[in-house]
Amino acid sequence: MSAASPLAALFAREWRIGRRAGGTGSMGVVFFLILVSIIPFAIGPDLVLLARIGPALLWIAALLATLLGLDRLFQGDDDDGSLDLLLMSETPLESIVLVKCVVHWLLTGVPLVIATPVFAVMLGLAPQAILGVTISLLAGTPALTFIGAIGAALTVGFGRGGLLLAILILPLCVPVLIFGVSAAQAAAGGTVPFMTPFAILVALSLAAFAAAPFAVALALRQARL
Amino acid sequence: MWNIANPTNFLKLTSWLVPVSAVLTALLLGIGLYLSFIAPPDYQQGETVKIMYLHVPAAWMSMFIYGVMCLAALGTLVWRHPLADAAQKSAAPLGAGFTFICLATGSLWGKPMWGTWWVWDARLTSVLVLFLIYLGLVALWQAIEDPGRAARAAAVLTLVGAVNIPIIKFSVDWWNTLHQSASVFRLGGPAISPSLLWPLLIMAVAFTFLFLTLHLMAIRNEIYRRRLRRLSILAASARETDLSGVMMEPVR
Repeated sequence: MSAASPLAALFAREWRIGRRAGGTGSMGVVFFLILVSIIPFAIGPDLVLLARIGPALLWIAALLATLLGLDRLFQGDDDDGSLDLLLMSETPLESIVLVKCVVHWLLTGVPLVIATPVFAVMLGLAPQAILGVTISLLAGTPALTFIGAIGAALTVGFGRGGLLLAILILPLCVPVLIFGVSAAQAAAGGTVPFMTPFAILVALSLAAFAAAPFAVALALRQARL
Repeated sequence: MWNIANPTNFLKLTSWLVPVSAVLTALLLGIGLYLSFIAPPDYQQGETVKIMYLHVPAAWMSMFIYGVMCLAALGTLVWRHPLADAAQKSAAPLGAGFTFICLATGSLWGKPMWGTWWVWDARLTSVLVLFLIYLGLVALWQAIEDPGRAARAAAVLTLVGAVNIPIIKFSVDWWNTLHQSASVFRLGGPAISPSLLWPLLIMAVAFTFLFLTLHLMAIRNEIYRRRLRRLSILAASARETDLSGVMMEPVR
């Protein structure tokens, strides 16, 4: 376990920092709740309409809530200098990035997924649709975190990185959004079988899991040259 | 080849290449526009088919420029060449411009043909996302002050985008088959006849030369901008060392 122990220590460190006051996990869920509850004010309290567009609303809210926490992914480490230590360590930067992203997803993505059924009930979704949107978010949010990590690495060290991060990352999130919403709507009943978009969504997440750490590590190294 | 990569040699070469390419562009655009004006109107679309002569070459260029940017991004990351940085930086706004021409002319063509300015058709949507990626790259260039760092960050984003563009294209196509579209995208008539095809090909070559001219000019400007930046930094640091010593006469 000698090779894994630095990563285990990193995991524990990230977990503690993320759980601490000011961590983005709980704030992301609150932001998610506010987004979901503000939409009926704009659209009107029409439960039939809300149930129809509910899966899409939940996906967009989850996308924005994920983005909100991402600019802190490397920023805190950059502020206190620990990013330089991580860059100089013998452990490959790619695996460090992988651990950081996994912890970030566990602390921000998973709470969103857990909160989704509650918010889905508020939007008047049928049980089948609630299940579909929850499962599709569980499968799709890792892709959002990993794609977003590329933007976080590119904008590390900027004062106003958050807005730029959104501009860089949102166009790249289009495929995840399309297949996530398709899977959620297919679960609620439709002409397309659930597994077709869902399998592609899982594939997108797995591809992002495999490829994004390399792009993130490249971006972090380039920022230090 | 590597001689051209030297910025000074590049400036020397382009000092005559830019005018030559500009004249070629003007000639080709003149011929192309004349041919597209005298080209027969389409039997279904009438004269509106002539929008195609701007629309289709612009669409081709929007993708071609992304390819050029990917090559330049490789040059930045692999060889760390400043000329590749300049090529990357000056291609991004041009790419956004050609993509915008493609979207705008497409919209103007769509109004008489489909009865609407915009449809969330697979093709339109994926070009729109490409436009957004270009704008993101321009924003990234503007956000980072250090040109070397900006170039490397933009190179990473360009290559990530290169992986993503086929995925976006494919996903949007898939999305479109779920929601049926209002109209079918078709190119004037069942098969394009030579009388329509020739002006189109000439316009495509003209647009390529237009891009080449503008790109070379923008790279020249970027090289001069970097030299100016370097010189002003040197001047500022020289002044600083003067001030750190005994009171010196502020010369220069």
